[in-house]
Amino acid sequence: MMAQIQQDREQLNLEPKKFNMWIFLFTSFMFFMALTSGFIVYSGGKGHGLDFNLPGVFMYSTGTILLSSITMLLASNAAKRLQIQKQRLFLWATIALGILFFVLQVYAWGLLIKMGVYFSNPNASQTFVYVFTGMHLIHIFAGLLLLINTLVKTYRNTPQVINLYSMSMSSIFWHFIDIIWIYLYVFLLLNQR
Amino acid sequence: MSTLAVHDHHGVEHHDQDHGHHHKESFISKYVFSMDHKMIAKQFLITGIIMAVIAMLLSILFRIQLAYPDKAFPFLETILGRFAPGGRLDPNFYLSLVTIHGTIMVFFVLTAGLSGTFSNLLIPFQIGARDMASPFMNMVSYWMFFTASVIMLASFFVQKGPAGGGWTIYPPLSALPKAMPGSAEGMTLWLISMVLFVASQLMGGINYVSTVLNMRTKGMDLWKMPLTIWAFFLTAILGILAFPVLVAGVVLLVFDRSFGTSFYLSEIVVQGQVMNFEGGSPILFQHLFWFLGHPEVYIVIMPAMGISSEIMSVNSRKPIFGYHAMVYSLIGITVLSFIVWGHHMFVTGMNPFLGGVFMITTLIIAVPSAVKTFNWLATLWRGNIRFTPAMLFAIGLVSFFISGGITGIFLGNAALDINLHDTYFVVAHFHLVMGSAAICGMLAGVYHWFPKMFGRMMDEKLGYLHFWLTFIGAYLVFFPMHFMGLDGVPRRYYAFTEIESLKQWLSVNTFITWAAIMSALAQVAFLFNFFYSIFFGKKATQNPWNSTTLEWTTPVERIHGNWPGEIPTVYRWPYDYSKPGAEEDFILQTTPYSQTMTSNLPHDFEDNPIGLGQYNDWLKTQPVKEEVK
Repeated sequence: MMAQIQQDREQLNLEPKKFNMWIFLFTSFMFFMALTSGFIVYSGGKGHGLDFNLPGVFMYSTGTILLSSITMLLASNAAKRLQIQKQRLFLWATIALGILFFVLQVYAWGLLIKMGVYFSNPNASQTFVYVFTGMHLIHIFAGLLLLINTLVKTYRNTPQVINLYSMSMSSIFWHFIDIIWIYLYVFLLLNQR
Repeated sequence: MSTLAVHDHHGVEHHDQDHGHHHKESFISKYVFSMDHKMIAKQFLITGIIMAVIAMLLSILFRIQLAYPDKAFPFLETILGRFAPGGRLDPNFYLSLVTIHGTIMVFFVLTAGLSGTFSNLLIPFQIGARDMASPFMNMVSYWMFFTASVIMLASFFVQKGPAGGGWTIYPPLSALPKAMPGSAEGMTLWLISMVLFVASQLMGGINYVSTVLNMRTKGMDLWKMPLTIWAFFLTAILGILAFPVLVAGVVLLVFDRSFGTSFYLSEIVVQGQVMNFEGGSPILFQHLFWFLGHPEVYIVIMPAMGISSEIMSVNSRKPIFGYHAMVYSLIGITVLSFIVWGHHMFVTGMNPFLGGVFMITTLIIAVPSAVKTFNWLATLWRGNIRFTPAMLFAIGLVSFFISGGITGIFLGNAALDINLHDTYFVVAHFHLVMGSAAICGMLAGVYHWFPKMFGRMMDEKLGYLHFWLTFIGAYLVFFPMHFMGLDGVPRRYYAFTEIESLKQWLSVNTFITWAAIMSALAQVAFLFNFFYSIFFGKKATQNPWNSTTLEWTTPVERIHGNWPGEIPTVYRWPYDYSKPGAEEDFILQTTPYSQTMTSNLPHDFEDNPIGLGQYNDWLKTQPVKEEVK
């Protein structure tokens, strides 16, 4: 019987897979650390700063993604209490806010271009703004795919264990990219003119 | 009980492979898109060997050029076509050869071939797991590596040839497609290939760390893990932290190459044309590159160290000397490797004070390295040594690590480095300490775990031939390079005939080339032995080396899920060799202390008071030994 119990535990062991996600966050974290360190080395060495003030739309996008983290949390709580309707609702809200964030960031690029801050630019400090936001948007895109995958599962006959696992994978990642954006935004705010 | 266990095992199989029943595996799912860690390990190994042979042949090509800069070899034009017009290597192609030789050897052979093979093979085996944390990710990791290899080799077939800026691809050479032939499409392919490669290594590394931390069998606490596992674990952590930084550097490089940004590019004139870049900093790339690049050399050497520690202990029939010190020195190397990257950049105009800081951190690495070296020597000391081919290669690693490591102290010195930078002294240093040493560790691993991978033994005599020719050959190739470097012979030069002071080194270059050809021919013995033994080697027994670790408790047939029944429980550390009072000279990790009363020692029960009580009760029942006066 002991063997049976041990083997059962092996079968349903999703923890290592969740752990993979945590380690992936480290790689992603190192990637953004490298980019921001690159910014510090570049602007410190060449005397080129950002030389402009960030457009206000970044405030709104920050608010949007913070709000999406809250809806994500509510969706997780609903999933744990088996309230599937509520879970779906908040997942839809999170995805909508994620898309809104995406749109706001792209809109901010448009504003930057109007301000004369171009991607192809002799002052690479300004290019870094595009690189930070662009690389972050790639993560947002991946996060949205994860969320959609979780949402689709709620419409299918998915066992609660898998539902919770899928929820926790996407919420770990979603909260992480939220935090990364706040880090990047504060970093840029501290470096603006 | 046993039927129950077997039944459960199938259940595991179903879970691991999310698509249906796997009692009859198809050719594709068994040999091609396999999710079994053992098969993936073999895929990594064979791809690594093929890449190693290609990179070795490339090195022979440029060695021929260095030995006979004035001679024409018509056969070169036959095999290389436009890259060797008139039988002499094209200078730009020479640079490409050096670049691709370095890239393949460092990344594709000694990173993916070494970690990919042995981490995949040994982590589940030695910690007692059915497979990796995510077998699917593991499979994707291999196929991304394979794709990266194909793209890297494909660069030989583009118009202007492969990347030619050196394996470190410093801008501006790498950032301006028009700078030289090796900066054109070949460089683009290099960058694509490396991004795929990094993705593959990250997926592998994430799996290794997660598996080691989450999937150890009952009783296998961290301090009961073999040193191989410690080494693979710390290597994977290094990779996870260092590779994303390279990706960041490469992303910015791609923007500079193709989108007109100025991260690394400053005012520059290319072929008489003033380019419209300004304000960039090529040093920034060096910082980003070497933040990966230096940990990378430990990613290369640490698995080899772990493999050698294990093999030396098994074949000396002695516990590894200073097990805890070995682990702490690995941890020390891991931590220190992140704060030494500046020693590659002493001559970039770095602030001398900063150079001093990097010099001190670099020299401190000598401490854990020396701890390891002395512990290996102490393990061999008075051991009951069996000189198997694996053991010889493991000892070879120690030899190369010492001779290559000592010159590291010279190069780590910010003042001496001004003279030695970019000379053959550097080439000699890293080829000994990370090239030869790491490949010795890898070959040791292949000879030692071949029976586990293929169920057959490799031929010993051919193994000895392979070892001695390789060992002597490597020293003959790399030792004279130290003196060339001390005399100021620069690396990556196409020919030394035009420079008066360097002409005298031509005879040495000829000698080195013939030594290199000899060592290359020695590998034929290995290749034949390897591929012949897969099919026709002597059948292996379950535990051919009388080893204590878990992988030798699995059946020779290598079934899916590794153990037919329950995964064994671990009771003791992996180095109980020649324990006084034991019946045999090795005690498996799965043997409980209650079965080895005659060899138990009080310190075996440090955290086990019940066991100690039983042991003391048993001691009381034993007749008192007569004291000899």
